Amino acid sequence: MKRAGFTNPWLPILLLVPQLSIIVVFFYWPAAWAIQSSFYLQDPFGFGSTFVGAENYTDIAQSIEYRKVAWFTVYFTAIVTFLSLSIALLLAVKADNVLRGAKTYRTLLMWVYAIAPPVAGFLGIMFFDQSHGPLTRFFGFFGWDFKLGVDYFDTATAMIIVAVWKQIPVNFIFFLSGLQSIPRSVREAALIDNNSGFRRFWDVTFPLLAPTAFFLLIINITYAMFDTFGIIDTMMKGEPGANPMTLVYKVYLDGFRGNDLGGSSAQSVVLMVLVLVLTIFQFRLIERRIHYT
Amino acid sequence: MKLLKIAATGLVFAATSASAQTEITWWHAMGGQLGETVNQIAEDFNASQSDYKITPVFKGSYEETLTAGIAAFRAGEQPNIMQVFDAGAATVIGAKGAVIPVQDLLAANDVAFDINDYIPGVRYFYADADGKMIGMPFNSSTPILYYNEDALAKAGVTAPKTWEEFASTTGPALKEAGYIPLSQSHLPWIFTENFHSRHDLPFASNNNGYDGADTEILVNNDAIKAHFSALKDWKDQGLFEWYGTGWGDNAKPFEEGKVAMWLGSSGSFGGLVQKVDFPFSATMLPYWEGVTAEPKQTFIGGAALFAMSGKSDEENKATAEFFSFLTSPEVQYGWHKETGYVPITEAAYEVAKEDGHYNEFPAAEVGIQQLSLPAGDNTKGYRMGFYVQIRDVMNREYGRILTGETDVETAFANIEAESNKLLERFAKTQN
Repeated sequence: MKRAGFTNPWLPILLLVPQLSIIVVFFYWPAAWAIQSSFYLQDPFGFGSTFVGAENYTDIAQSIEYRKVAWFTVYFTAIVTFLSLSIALLLAVKADNVLRGAKTYRTLLMWVYAIAPPVAGFLGIMFFDQSHGPLTRFFGFFGWDFKLGVDYFDTATAMIIVAVWKQIPVNFIFFLSGLQSIPRSVREAALIDNNSGFRRFWDVTFPLLAPTAFFLLIINITYAMFDTFGIIDTMMKGEPGANPMTLVYKVYLDGFRGNDLGGSSAQSVVLMVLVLVLTIFQFRLIERRIHYT
Repeated sequence: MKLLKIAATGLVFAATSASAQTEITWWHAMGGQLGETVNQIAEDFNASQSDYKITPVFKGSYEETLTAGIAAFRAGEQPNIMQVFDAGAATVIGAKGAVIPVQDLLAANDVAFDINDYIPGVRYFYADADGKMIGMPFNSSTPILYYNEDALAKAGVTAPKTWEEFASTTGPALKEAGYIPLSQSHLPWIFTENFHSRHDLPFASNNNGYDGADTEILVNNDAIKAHFSALKDWKDQGLFEWYGTGWGDNAKPFEEGKVAMWLGSSGSFGGLVQKVDFPFSATMLPYWEGVTAEPKQTFIGGAALFAMSGKSDEENKATAEFFSFLTSPEVQYGWHKETGYVPITEAAYEVAKEDGHYNEFPAAEVGIQQLSLPAGDNTKGYRMGFYVQIRDVMNREYGRILTGETDVETAFANIEAESNKLLERFAKTQN
């Protein structure tokens, strides 16, 4: 077999330069800067700064509030990921079975995908408005005095609902295409072996969907941890107060609202490490169990 | 070819007209109706002379404007004038060299300045420890109590002077009449910072923080803890309601006529006149008779204009001229009338009185009267770094008190500990 290759060794490097420079400028450089400034406490205007060693990190470690935010991030990520994946899977399985009007159904479900996170957050504010929101009234009907921005639990619930709603379409698209790529022959064979649709799904369909599901799991965890920023920011209405927030939102608050560059940098380094660990964990431990066809 | 010629002439024209004028920029945080008034002031200034041209640019909320200004300063792209709000004062004044003290700027450009021309509550908030004015107070407001006149008449009460009166008489009567008696829009500003000023209690060590960066907050005191305990009781009894940390969420029920009395800003006046369809008036911020028999003045909230450093002499001259225009009695009166923010000079206040503005709108005068009350040792303001975060800590803990997540003792212990930690951290940024 003949290996295809470049005759000039510089050409491939040249072709990689645009991509590499983007990574360097937009990731490595800011990351290095963040690591450096996490060891300083500096005046926002850049006049004075003090080297404080690991103090920014020890302050984070000792902060009870930071721990609360971290735990909220864990719960929030777990719930949003679980709900948006499972609801999307259910919808995809049902959509896969629909023959008539399937296109309309799918298009309607995918529409939400086009909504930007801040807009989704804004819709959330309107739906959960304290006095006029339709969902507030709906919950009130069941005796739940829902108070967005006042009650911690209610605000968290509203954020989760909006975040899940926003993410379902993406998961739905991927699950549906995953389902449709399962060979007809496999399904028919399964149908002969087992009459229970439930068992057929978990024994045959789901394992074949596993690569899609694994991919979506990673995408959804990242989404819940980072991309929900716009939703949270909008639903906070500019005042963090006693509202729930995620770690990435706290980085923003301390850095861009509070102008505490050192503390905020240290938090972002912590997040970077967390993502690194998570990525290694996902690929080393989970991916091994998944078989790609 | 002809087209090119026209274009070239146009270019030359544009270039000459630009060079004849000194152009300066002004970053501000005044949105909506206020933004239009700001634009009008800028247009009037540009029309009043031909040497300078000011361009106002809206940069979002107070916090966003400050952050944008800081980022621009670090990149050497700062505007000539930046609007900085009360909580950001320590950040911008602490950064020695970021701004030109307005008093120096005016002196260098032969604009007369006397701090005693300004009304008392306005003078020292944006000044340094020696009383030198650093930022030019712009949209100056102070917390006052607005009330729905119909509601009070229906309940047969008058607006309360003290919190004791509110708890025993006004509140229960208004509740009886079917109203939620009270809401407020800014717990740190109204019930913390100005609470200390009104009762002349020290808010922080080092002369409320003016005398140095190694400041400790003194917020964990009995008077304010008693106040928040009362507030929680009132909420439980239906005498007070809290709609979250947002300003508008707490103002809306008052505007809709559900809440009878609302603690807001004197600068809210202009907006209320347009929004509400019931007769309303205002009175001074109530105080606790049990804490003080002689309530003192409050200080200003809102924001000030800072002249950023690193600009040419011509541009600084333009900035000084603009400040001179801005503080003229006519412009101040116009701004005051349009928005409800207080006029910052005594002369402007006189013009407003002579014009009969307060005969028509007595509520518009309450803010100035309150700012002109006798001063005490602790009434000129406060100067604390990372104060935006300190306010956020307060808001968080106050929210927890009011939703019953925590008790008053724990909340104030937390506020004290976290604020002091932040102050300690800020002190280290100032080397």
